[in-house]
Amino acid sequence: MLDALPTAFLFFAAAILLLAMPQGRLRGVLLLVVPLIAGWQVWSLPFGELVQVGFFGFELELMRVDKLSRVFGLIFTLAAFLGNLYAWHVRDTVQQVAALLYAGSAIGAVFAGDLITLFFYWEGTAIASVFLIWARRTEGAYHTGMRYLIIQIGSGVILLAGTALFYRETGSIEFGQMTLGSLATWLIFLSFGIKCAFPLLHNWLQDSYPAATVTGTVILSAFTTKLAVYALARGFAGTEILIYIGAIMTLFPIFFAEIENDLRRVLAYSLNNQLGFMVVGIGIGTEMALNGTASHAFAHILYKALLFMSVGAVLFRTGTSKASELGGLYRTMPRTAMFCLVGAASISAFPLFSGFVTKSLILDQTASQHYPIIWAILVFASAGVLSHSGIKIPFFTFFAHDSGLRPREAPMHMQLAMGITAALCIMIGVYPDPLYALLPYEVDFHPYTTGHVVTQLQLLLFALLAFAVLMRTGIHPPEIRAINLDTDWTYRRLMPRMLSAVSKGVAAVWTGSATLILSGISGLVRRLYRSHGPEGRMAQVWPTGSMVLWIAVLLGVTLVVNFLS
Amino acid sequence: METEILHHTRASFQDHLPVLVILVPFLAAPLMVLLGSRRLSWPIAFGASVAAFGIAILLLAKVIDGTEISYHIGGWAPPLGIEYRVDAANAFVLLLVTGIAAIVLPYARESIKTEVPVRHHTLFYALFLLCLTGLLGVVVTGDAFNVFVFLEISSLSTYVLIAQGSYRDKRALTAAYDYLIMGTIGATFFVIGLGLLYMATGTLNMADIAERIADQGGNRTVRAAFAFIVVGVGLKVAIYPLHLWLPNAYTYAPSAVTVFLAATATKVAVYVLLRFMFSIFQPAFLFEVNTLEFIILPFAVLAMFAASFIAIFQNDFKRMLAYSSIAQIGYILLGIGLLSEAGLTAAIVHLFNHGITKAALFMGVGIYVLRSGGSFLDDIQGLGRVMPLTSAAVVIGGLSLIGVPGTAGFISKWVLVQAALEKGWWPVALMIVASSLLAVIYVWRVIETLYTKPPASDVIAGEAPLSMLVPLWIMAIACVWFGLDTDLTIGASQTAAQGLLSGSAGMR
Repeated sequence: MLDALPTAFLFFAAAILLLAMPQGRLRGVLLLVVPLIAGWQVWSLPFGELVQVGFFGFELELMRVDKLSRVFGLIFTLAAFLGNLYAWHVRDTVQQVAALLYAGSAIGAVFAGDLITLFFYWEGTAIASVFLIWARRTEGAYHTGMRYLIIQIGSGVILLAGTALFYRETGSIEFGQMTLGSLATWLIFLSFGIKCAFPLLHNWLQDSYPAATVTGTVILSAFTTKLAVYALARGFAGTEILIYIGAIMTLFPIFFAEIENDLRRVLAYSLNNQLGFMVVGIGIGTEMALNGTASHAFAHILYKALLFMSVGAVLFRTGTSKASELGGLYRTMPRTAMFCLVGAASISAFPLFSGFVTKSLILDQTASQHYPIIWAILVFASAGVLSHSGIKIPFFTFFAHDSGLRPREAPMHMQLAMGITAALCIMIGVYPDPLYALLPYEVDFHPYTTGHVVTQLQLLLFALLAFAVLMRTGIHPPEIRAINLDTDWTYRRLMPRMLSAVSKGVAAVWTGSATLILSGISGLVRRLYRSHGPEGRMAQVWPTGSMVLWIAVLLGVTLVVNFLS
Repeated sequence: METEILHHTRASFQDHLPVLVILVPFLAAPLMVLLGSRRLSWPIAFGASVAAFGIAILLLAKVIDGTEISYHIGGWAPPLGIEYRVDAANAFVLLLVTGIAAIVLPYARESIKTEVPVRHHTLFYALFLLCLTGLLGVVVTGDAFNVFVFLEISSLSTYVLIAQGSYRDKRALTAAYDYLIMGTIGATFFVIGLGLLYMATGTLNMADIAERIADQGGNRTVRAAFAFIVVGVGLKVAIYPLHLWLPNAYTYAPSAVTVFLAATATKVAVYVLLRFMFSIFQPAFLFEVNTLEFIILPFAVLAMFAASFIAIFQNDFKRMLAYSSIAQIGYILLGIGLLSEAGLTAAIVHLFNHGITKAALFMGVGIYVLRSGGSFLDDIQGLGRVMPLTSAAVVIGGLSLIGVPGTAGFISKWVLVQAALEKGWWPVALMIVASSLLAVIYVWRVIETLYTKPPASDVIAGEAPLSMLVPLWIMAIACVWFGLDTDLTIGASQTAAQGLLSGSAGMR
């Protein structure tokens, strides 16, 4: 029976059911059971195009199940389960419903076999997810949510325009492999790019994710961008420009992440950097590279969620996620600290953790497909990841100088969610074969060769060493650092001065152009208001005589046009 | 295309439907005044409009496959006698007009209690029915002069209906007066155009005129007639620079009147424009192509943007919607201006979809006016929490106005974009999308006001009466229904567009 029901509808039905239920444990159970059923369904579905719906002269494919969509479908249901478990304590109907609708839309989009269905779910993710940001119910979160919504809806509108043009050109709405070239495919590419946070299109991500609720960020981090990765892998595999876009994506967030004080924002930057690896994999487009992208997305959703969960738990207990206000929390939150370390080790790709077995697939492909410079960039970026996510996050939260905070350990359900996620991270790292079996293509790759392990360890150990040296020599006394870090970002001094100059430069160019555009827009709005506002010329109440004059003018013009032609 | 000609003597009840749809409201109106009973007036009005709605459904069912019904009034054969003619295009408009009337009347009952003095209620309903009669007559008749007569019936009653708003706001009087002047000039132009046509062809029957114009081609007289008719009807349509009567008329009329006018009056005028442009004058005439391309099309695009910008800055929800109507009429005219089957289909679909969308929104406004005494954003702030059902329906209407997928508005915009792309005019397609984004802004302003601000302290708490909520929700559900099931709307529009584009051949 479940075969005939698109997986996304399970979530939508549950969202409706949820509204009818009283607030409490029953709802929590529903929120956990639905992703499990959905996951089981995805697991047991046969391959093929399972559900068609006629819409307006088109045949919509609601369930296209193949290996690529299945692996993304599975990790999305898993992420929904973990996110909902983490949010067990939440008693906010808005967040609960939004989480279900969001996960449902993302899963629906993954299984969409045509562009129109994709568009519906694409907008669905945008609209549902913004409520996770608004749920914080602060003025700032409201404005952030608006900005987020405008960009996300904009991405959908561009997708729709691209779809319409694509249909004009090819007479088909099938969502399959496309080649860049026409306006249609470029529009579709751009819309995917916005959701995937391509460089210069990325700002919504760092703007919005840290603004969401504690649990909202965990759920947000799983779906939107990875949906875009899936869409790119499906539509634009082997498009060379993606390699360079991806390489830049891995590189530039490092500088921002190093100087950022809000740890959730650091994670948002490192999310961007991890997406870069996946995009490079798509750009290379070989079977192994796509395997690498899919598996990296799988592992990434888990360890990124784990990191967001641990920082979220700290935020939940202490009320802050600023590096300057935290420190020394391992004393009272030892388990959270441990889970955070597992996440950090995974994202830094330590051997025996999940990042290692997936990222090396992509790295290996850049080398074997002869992109030495890209390979070098990715290696450098890996070191950067270690520094800002692998070390900075756990170090400044749980160790470093003692902040004096003595919060209680995270609530039980959060620990459980983090524990399961951490276990999965280690399991994938130690025994990657089940994950490899899920991938779209046959995997002939052994991560644990001496060469791989030694190279990676060298990289990691030297990066650690560098960090330790900097801490010993470059660090400033905590007394000074404790003064208002919001504005002067002290840790920038931990890094070489050059790094800070680079990031300053990039930031200056960015804010400069942003201010220029913003002032341009506000000038335009002012001019429009003068002409079209309630007192403006266009909207005034006109005297009857001038109305009549217009009729005469138009009649004259029409007569002239008629007589001349 | 077969034309069914009916002989009067052997006609059954079924065959009299084209005239009955007009006679029922036309006779009910004086009956109501003669009876003079305040208690009976509403049931009579409601009964008459429901009956008309039923007849319209029967008519549409007969003609949706492309047949045409030709009905001879009093058994006099055209061109001497007056002919009523029903095909897919006007049966579809009939359905919209009668449907809206039947749904607005239950709504009007509560609404006018606070807006119109009790002693005028009987006359109000009588005028409402007369207005309905006029609109239906315009749509159903096949005689050009008859169009003018019915147009005047509906216009005159409309002026009075708008003036009824003066008990709430005296500016309704000037609005009605302006509309009277403008409407009369428009009607005069129209009748001048008809006179010129009569001069050129010697007949007033539409099919006859069409045939003779096709024979003699476009001479000076015919061209002048065309210009006068387009501008005259254009005023009723509220083509962009001729829209100046509309914002005030919609803003100050009683809520129920605004709902009815916004959903039907301009749409009927669009129908007249279509009928004259395509069935009577030939779409192949160069002067017509040029008029469409150089006058209608640029002004349509201008309306889409200028009116939307004005709407964005309005602080009065009702007035905002009035300006948005002008912008939406721009879409309809754009579809006509594309001069293709897809474009016409889009225009006719949007005519219907915008009708139901605006009806839902104006009904929402009327409820806010009833409960909070005004439609300014300051008056309605925070009502999303006080009146959840009303506000939810308003949100659905707003989404349909934007054209969010899953609503009726999306369907018509999608078809319109497709039509523009089919012509290869993708800048126009982009402009359609861009102006939809402007709709996002003004709709969002309302949603934000409704839901994020605290309600004003002096608001009368509580939902609207059921008799207003049910019509509102019927409209809101229709917005979603016709966004998902497009068989009726797209099907009827396509048949209508094909009929119209075949020119005078479609009339014979």
